[in-house]
Amino acid sequence: MPSRFFQFLSSLKLTIVCLSAALVLVFVGTLAQVNFGIHEVQERYFQSLFVWWPSGSQGFKVPVFPGGHLLGAILLINLIAAHVRRFKWSWSKIGIQMTHAGLIIMLLGGLFTDLFSVESFMKLAPGETKNYSEDSRLMELAVIDESGKEMDKVTAIPEGRLSPGAVIEHESLPFRIIIRSFYPNSRIQSLDKAGEKAVPAATEGVGAQAVVTQVPRATAQNDRDLESVVVEIIPIPSATEVTAQSLGTWLISDQLEAPQGFAYAGKSWRLVMRPARYYKPYSLTLQKFTHERYPGTQIPKNFASHAVLIDPERKENRDVLIYMNHPLRYRSETFFQSGFMENDTATILQDVYNPSFVAPYLACVVVGLGLLIQFSFHFAGFLRRRTNILAQ
Amino acid sequence: MKKTLPWIILAIALLWIASNSRLPKNIPGELDLVTFGKIPVLSDGRIKPLDTVGRNALLIIHGKQSLKLNDGRSIDSTRWLADVLFNAPVADQYPSFVINNPEVLGLFGWEQNTRKYFSYTELNPFIEKIDGQGEKVEGVESAKRTPYQTAVYNLRNSLMLYQRLKNSIRPESAQDFTGEIEAYLKAIPGGLEAIKKQQKGEKISQKELDAFAQFTGRYREMAEMAYLLPVPPDSTGASRHDEWLSIGASLMGALATDSIPPVTKAYALISDAYHEGNVTLFNQQMNDLSSWMVTHEPRPTSRSAFEYVFNQLAPFYQAMGLYVLAFLLVCCSWLFGNRSLNTAAFYVLLLALAVHTFGLGSRMYLQGRPPVTNLYSSAIFIGWGTVIIGLILERIFRDGVGSACAAVIGFITLIIAHHLAGSGDTLEMLQAVLDTNIWLATHVVCITIGYSAMYFAGTLAAIYVVRGVLTPSLKRESAQALYRMTYGVICFATLFSFVGTVLGGIWADQSWGRFWGWDPKENGALLIVLWCALILHARLGGYIRERGVMVMALFGNVITSFSWFGVNMLGVGLHSYGFMNKALPWLIGFMLSQLALMVLASIPLTRWRSFQQND
Repeated sequence: MPSRFFQFLSSLKLTIVCLSAALVLVFVGTLAQVNFGIHEVQERYFQSLFVWWPSGSQGFKVPVFPGGHLLGAILLINLIAAHVRRFKWSWSKIGIQMTHAGLIIMLLGGLFTDLFSVESFMKLAPGETKNYSEDSRLMELAVIDESGKEMDKVTAIPEGRLSPGAVIEHESLPFRIIIRSFYPNSRIQSLDKAGEKAVPAATEGVGAQAVVTQVPRATAQNDRDLESVVVEIIPIPSATEVTAQSLGTWLISDQLEAPQGFAYAGKSWRLVMRPARYYKPYSLTLQKFTHERYPGTQIPKNFASHAVLIDPERKENRDVLIYMNHPLRYRSETFFQSGFMENDTATILQDVYNPSFVAPYLACVVVGLGLLIQFSFHFAGFLRRRTNILAQ
Repeated sequence: MKKTLPWIILAIALLWIASNSRLPKNIPGELDLVTFGKIPVLSDGRIKPLDTVGRNALLIIHGKQSLKLNDGRSIDSTRWLADVLFNAPVADQYPSFVINNPEVLGLFGWEQNTRKYFSYTELNPFIEKIDGQGEKVEGVESAKRTPYQTAVYNLRNSLMLYQRLKNSIRPESAQDFTGEIEAYLKAIPGGLEAIKKQQKGEKISQKELDAFAQFTGRYREMAEMAYLLPVPPDSTGASRHDEWLSIGASLMGALATDSIPPVTKAYALISDAYHEGNVTLFNQQMNDLSSWMVTHEPRPTSRSAFEYVFNQLAPFYQAMGLYVLAFLLVCCSWLFGNRSLNTAAFYVLLLALAVHTFGLGSRMYLQGRPPVTNLYSSAIFIGWGTVIIGLILERIFRDGVGSACAAVIGFITLIIAHHLAGSGDTLEMLQAVLDTNIWLATHVVCITIGYSAMYFAGTLAAIYVVRGVLTPSLKRESAQALYRMTYGVICFATLFSFVGTVLGGIWADQSWGRFWGWDPKENGALLIVLWCALILHARLGGYIRERGVMVMALFGNVITSFSWFGVNMLGVGLHSYGFMNKALPWLIGFMLSQLALMVLASIPLTRWRSFQQND
């Protein structure tokens, strides 16, 4: 005897309400793309529990509509509950069962993709080798110890830790880093152009000659946030030195071309704001990038990256070709030809880690077959009745 | 009579098709533009006959495929192209350029009056102005352009295309091109020698060098401007090259080889003959060039010849005529209760389908691609799909409804295709990411069949509502038949839309690394799937019945149109390959009409004329 709540969860009414809400959500989320970038729209409408109004990040707001995650979750529960409640083994129902089982696979796959997939980019100039890819949106603050003979020693601080007031300590650093201010999107101006009352952003480096201002987060399709951070470096008091005097503050931003740095404890240190990196146990070297066009036109015909894949662990050393619609799948990651830069010589590869990429393939086959079987049954029955009517 | 009438009507339709299908013939003593039209050239990345080049160029520049001259004569696109290529000074006087926007005319200080076509000569003084204005527009996203900006940008592109065309075969100012080339070939050894000497610092005749530099400058410019690449690859002669070349490039090639390809020579002779008005010489040279092409480039030549025939036959226009005929026959059969007219309509539709299929197949052969590659071909394919659905339903129900829907949608989609063709070559080359026949054949075809089925269901519902509310003709039986048909077609639409959408996701996963990106076109497809699912579940739960399914099917028309056209007008996303402002009022009008039908359907059943009398 199913409880009333279970009855509600497995009810057709709930399905219909969810489907209607999904329709509205998708429609509104499509129109919103005229004014907002795809990432913003995704976060606001599709990858959220609720759509909030007004849409700004601060201040009072109310949920006005269920978001994509909430609707997806309810539909998934609804589907499973209905399956549990109504499941009966019979040949005439097999099409419907398959269809809905396939949908469950698909929704679960979507959920896992949202939770676990990572998208990043690998940009390679000819001859360049990289064993890491870079995030397209998240940044990190890298503190680089340049004193090593062959290698730099890098300590990377993820963007999420860069909140004002945060104190960062790490065993590889002989000093503390204190975040003085953090600007998710900013513009930097030189001090002498900013007017008399302007205050320099930092005490040392370029920051002493510059003013940084906060601007709203970028929303347009191709706009990118320019992050800046001001940090103070304070040595950790050791047994010999009791008082630790601040070394000063530095402005670090990916808008600044000149590296920011200082010398301390007999080593030279560099501070860089850069896209967050994902390191891999293998590397890719770009040999050549080709961009073919149809003769006599500017219409692109193909983009291709000729690269060498080296994996010391697995003893792989081979040539790979990555081109349109033909990605490289290696070690649960997939590299796609995504773009090009520097006058068609350098390549941009998109690197996707998606453990549940098989789900849609499976779901498509199962649902497709299910619908086909179901409608064929319908159609056959209908034709039989029709022939009977005509015969009479 | 009952049995023979359908056959008689079919025979008449066949005769009509046959009479429309006569290919143009050469008239002795006149210019042989038939042979000219079939000659293959490479332009916009594909090999096509000059006939296609002329049609598309005139469509872009003039907005039509024929041109009415100031003296009242009318010339076709082939004749126009020949004039532009070989006799530019004359073509410059033709009122080729269409300007509809009064603000663009204001740019030149002209008032808008009845004239909207202008000649190159008239526009020539303003070219720099137009170019400057157009360049400014280039930075503006196409979705955000004002009508003036779009108009001035299009005019600039038209002028550029025209200038490139008229310098493709011969320099527009040339008088005796053949003689000029001979002089150039003679000047090459001396010229090269002079350059070498100059580099060594020896004394040279400046006059000789200048004359030589004038040649090369002229041909380099031709090579840069050329819109057509008419010289096929050649691996035999002295002038070796493995790609199609422009006339200018082939002349520049002579610097290295001392000789020019025979095709370049032939074009020089042809253009001189045309320029002088020497018909006999022109026809003779044209024939020589044509036979040279047949021997040396058999495949491109036969393909081009086929495309020429395809252009002349214009199967989609003929199919449109047949759809109208079929629809009229069905209407007559309903009015007079004559079943044999209905059979006739079925036969005519079969004929229309054959013609439509021929057109679709020809395009596939010419392009070497699955049927749908752009918005134009999606319209053609949606029409084709609905006609097949309609014919199948007609075979089952035999009440004319299937035929009527097939005829109406077939006709409307072909009209839409006709209007989409205005932007140029409909067999254009595909962007790199689309260059995959597997996904074009599966994802795109499934989605498009889904559209077909949605429109079909919507049209059935429209028939149900109009007949039911406004006429007493919707008997219980026919209402039920319509309902069954609609439901069946929606099931069909669900299957294809779902599979098509997921296949699209898989394609995206293959080429961009993500299954779903909430791109507008993807969302459009998802909306159709959700809507179908909603109809099926609402019906299953008993929330809607016969009328409810019909109302929802009508709204399916709105959703499908949004998905097919509407999202492209947003001007954002990865699929925004066909932006058209012009279609917006039509789209909104269509959506409103469907909403009106839905309102009509929601008046109480007791007020429906059909049900008042029945019950």
